[in-house]
Amino acid sequence: MSGQLLEVVNLERHFEGLKAVDGISFIVAPSEVVSIIGPNGSGKTTTLNLVTGTIPANGGTISLDGLRIDHGDTARIAEHGVARTFQNGRVFATLSVADNIEVGIHSTLRASRPFRSLSHLFLLRWISLLGELFVAIVGTPGSRRERVQIDATVQEEIRRFETRLGPRRDDPAYSLSYANRRRTEIARALALKPQLLVLDEPTAGMNQSETVEVLEQLLELKAEGQAILLVEHKLDLVMKVSDRIIVMDGGRIIAEGPPEVVRRDPAVIEAYLGHRRVPGGKDTA
Amino acid sequence: MFDTLIAGLLRGNVYALGAVGISLVFGVMNVVNFAQFSFFGLGAMLAWFFVAELGLSFWIALPLVLVICGALGLLINITVVRPLAKFLPLAAMLSTYAVSQILDNVSQITFTAEFRVFPKVLPTSNFHIGNMRFGTSDVVMLAITGVVMGVMAVFLKYGRTGQAIRATAQDQEAALQMGIPVGRIQHVAFVIASALGGLAGVFIALYVGIANPTSGLNVGMTAFVAATLGGLGSLGGAVVGGFVLGILEAFGIHFFGDTAREIIIFFILIVVLIVRPGGLMGKVPLLSTEPLTGTFLGKGRPLKIPRWVWPVAFVVGGVVIPLVANNYVLTTGTQVLIYAVIAAGFTVTAGQAAVLALGQAGPIAIGAYTSALLTLYLPVSFWLAVPLAGLSAAIVASILASPIWGVKGHYISIATLGIGTVIVAIIRLVEPQGIYGITMPKWGDTLLATPVAYYLIDFGVLVLTLVVMWRIRHSHLGKVISSVGSDEIAALASGVRARDYKALAFAISAFFSGVGGSLLAHQYTYIDPTIFTMLMSLLVVTIVIMGGVSLPYGAVIGSIILIGAMELLRFTPELRIVVYGLVLILVVRFRPGGILVRNS
Repeated sequence: MSGQLLEVVNLERHFEGLKAVDGISFIVAPSEVVSIIGPNGSGKTTTLNLVTGTIPANGGTISLDGLRIDHGDTARIAEHGVARTFQNGRVFATLSVADNIEVGIHSTLRASRPFRSLSHLFLLRWISLLGELFVAIVGTPGSRRERVQIDATVQEEIRRFETRLGPRRDDPAYSLSYANRRRTEIARALALKPQLLVLDEPTAGMNQSETVEVLEQLLELKAEGQAILLVEHKLDLVMKVSDRIIVMDGGRIIAEGPPEVVRRDPAVIEAYLGHRRVPGGKDTA
Repeated sequence: MFDTLIAGLLRGNVYALGAVGISLVFGVMNVVNFAQFSFFGLGAMLAWFFVAELGLSFWIALPLVLVICGALGLLINITVVRPLAKFLPLAAMLSTYAVSQILDNVSQITFTAEFRVFPKVLPTSNFHIGNMRFGTSDVVMLAITGVVMGVMAVFLKYGRTGQAIRATAQDQEAALQMGIPVGRIQHVAFVIASALGGLAGVFIALYVGIANPTSGLNVGMTAFVAATLGGLGSLGGAVVGGFVLGILEAFGIHFFGDTAREIIIFFILIVVLIVRPGGLMGKVPLLSTEPLTGTFLGKGRPLKIPRWVWPVAFVVGGVVIPLVANNYVLTTGTQVLIYAVIAAGFTVTAGQAAVLALGQAGPIAIGAYTSALLTLYLPVSFWLAVPLAGLSAAIVASILASPIWGVKGHYISIATLGIGTVIVAIIRLVEPQGIYGITMPKWGDTLLATPVAYYLIDFGVLVLTLVVMWRIRHSHLGKVISSVGSDEIAALASGVRARDYKALAFAISAFFSGVGGSLLAHQYTYIDPTIFTMLMSLLVVTIVIMGGVSLPYGAVIGSIILIGAMELLRFTPELRIVVYGLVLILVVRFRPGGILVRNS
C-alpha cells in the first residue's frame, strides 16, 4: 500500500447507462511518468477528471500518498498536491500570463492567507476569507515578503517557457495562441509545486515542432523527478516519455506495462487499429 | 379552498403563457428577454384602448393586440436583440431591459400612468359549483390557454418551423449547418413570444379588471421566475412552472396575505435552484463553461489612464466643484458620489467574480434602514453608523446568499435578484410606513446639513472606496477572485475554493452597497421600501457595465453619466428613461466592454 504516490482501486463512473470508467485500478509511483492511452471514448479523460475530483466517482477509492482524496472536493485535492491541465486549455482569459501562474501558487501561500487552515471548515472559513481580505487591503510584513516570493516563482515558471511566454508575460490570456495557452496552463499547474502533475492531451492541436517542444519539456520535468499522469494521443511522444503505459478501452484497462511491452500487445493493437478487414465482411475498424 | 385553487389556476395560466415566451426566446437565442415583461403591460393597455376607447368588440381587439405585439417583437429583434445576441448574449439581455424601459415609458406617455378600469367583456361569476363562484371569463381564458398550448405543442413537434425551432434551441451552429435559417427562426420565436406576452397581458386585465402601462414588471418577474423554475429553455417546464407558481402563490396569499407574495415566489425559486440547479425540467451539464463568462468579459482591455488624471480628478472633484458649484449641482453630485460608491464596490462581484447580481437594492436597503434605526434609537453617531450599516448589509446579505453559490450561469443572477427582492419585501412587511426624520451628520456640535458638507463627506467615502477596491484588485486575492470569474473549474483545479471567493466578493459589494444606502438615508432623511426597487438594482448594474464592468474607477464614470447627466432630464421623467434606455443600447452596441475598455 505505502510507497505509492497515487493509488486508484476499483474506480467507477457511469453516465446514465454508459459505464465510462468501469472498475479500474492502477498506481503511480513517486517520480514515475504514467500515460493512459486508448481510443476516443475509452474513459481516459473521465479517469483524469475522477482523480482530480472535477467530477465525482460512483465507486472505488483514490489515495494520494496514503491519504484518501476521493471526497470530490477539487480544491482540496489540488491543495494536497494534484495539479492538472485540461484537454481544451482552460486559462483564465481575463488575467495576464503572470497572473494565471500566480493563481496556481494560491494553495502554497502562507502569509497572504493567514488563517488558511480554517478554509474548509463550514462557518470558520469566513475567518480565513476575512484574513485574506485584511491582508489584501492593509498588508502585513509577512505578506510583503511573500509577494517577493510569488513574483520569483512566477518568473521561474515563465522561464521554463522563456522564448514563448517571456514576451507575453503581461498580456491577457485570451490574446494568446492556442499553444501558448497550453504552456500557460502547464506553468500554472507547475506553480502549485504538485506531487502529481496530471496532463490531459497537452499537445492536442499542436503541430510537429510544438509537440517536440512539449516532449522536451516533459523529459526535463521527468529528469527533475516530477511524477506525471498523462493522457495523450501522440504515441511516439507517449513511448518516449513514459515509464509505464496504461491502455484503456470501453472504460476498462486492457493492458499495462512499460512502453516496449505495450507496443507489442495484441489487445492494444486491436483496440487501436481494429480488426483486419475480412473480405466480403463488415469493416470493424 | 377551491376558490383559491381556481385563482391559482388563473394566475398560473397567465404566468405559463409568459413563461413559455421567455423560455422560447431563451432556448433559441440564449438571451433572457426582459422586453417580454413590457408586453404584459402593453397587451393590457392596447386591449383597454381598443375596447374601452374605440369601442371595438373584444373578439376583434384580441387578435389585433396579438398582431401588434408580434410585430413589435419582430421589430425589436431585428433592430436590437439579434445584432447584439450574435456576439454578446449578456449585452443582448441588458439591451432587452433597455427596450422594456423604452416600451413601458412610451406606453406611459401614450396612455398616461393612470390605472384604467378594464371593461367587463364576459361575465365573471355566473357559474358556481357548491359555493365556489367563477365566470365565463375564467373558463374562456383557461380554454384559450389550453388551445394555445396544444397548438404550440403540435407545432413544435410536427411543424417544419417548429422542428427548426427545437433544432436551433439544441445547437445553433449545427442547425445553421443543416440549412436551417437560424435568423428567421429566431424572428419567429420572438414574434410568438411577444404575441404570447400580449395575450397574457390581456388575460391579466380581464382577471384583475384593471390595466396599467407599468403593470408588466410584476407579472413579468413572476413569469420569468416560472420559466426559471421550469428550467430556462424547456417549454414543458415553463407551463409546469407557471401553474405550480400560480397555485402556490394563490395559497400563499390565502394564508399569509398579499404582502408575502414576493417572498413566497422567490423563496420557492431559490429552493428549487438549490435542489435542482437547472430548474424542474431543465438540465445542467456536468462540466460546463459558465455561459456568462468569456462571452461578455475578457474581450477588450482597459484604456491606459495617464497618471496626471488621478490628482486632477481628485482636485476637480474634491476642491473645484465644492467651491464653484451651486446647491443644485452639489446635491446632484452627492447622488453621483453615492452611486459611485455602491457601483465601485459592486465591480468585484459583477466584474471580477463575474456574478451579475441583480439584487443590490437589497443590501442598499439594509444599509439605509440599519443606519436610520441606529442613529434614531441608539446613541450611535452618523460616523459610526455608516460602517455599521455596511457591515450589517454584508452580514445579512451573505447569510441569505450563502446557499446560492453553487448555482450556475444565468441562474445565479436570478437567484441574487430573488434575494434582493426578498430583503426589500421583508422590510416592507416589518416596516411598511417608512422612516422620517433621520438624523443629519454632525461634527462635534456643528450640524453638517449643507449640500457642500454632504458632498464632501461622500467624496471622502468614495475616495476611500476606490483605494480599497484598488488594493483588492491588485492583490493576490483580487487575482484569485478574477480567476473564479474567468473559469470556475480551472480555478478549483488550481486549489481555489470558487464558491467561497464568490461569496466573499458578494460580501464586499454588499458592504459598499450598505454604506451607500446609509449615505442615501442620511441625505434624504426619509426612507421607505418603494425607494429600493428592482430599477435601483438594475441601475447599479448598468452603471458598472457603462464604465467597464471590473473597473472601480469606471463605476465613477458610469455614475456621472447615468446619475449626473440623466439628472439634466429630471423635468421630463418619462423621456429620461427612454434616453437612459437608448444610452444603454448604444454603449452595449459600440463599447460592449464599457466606455473605458477598448474593444479587441
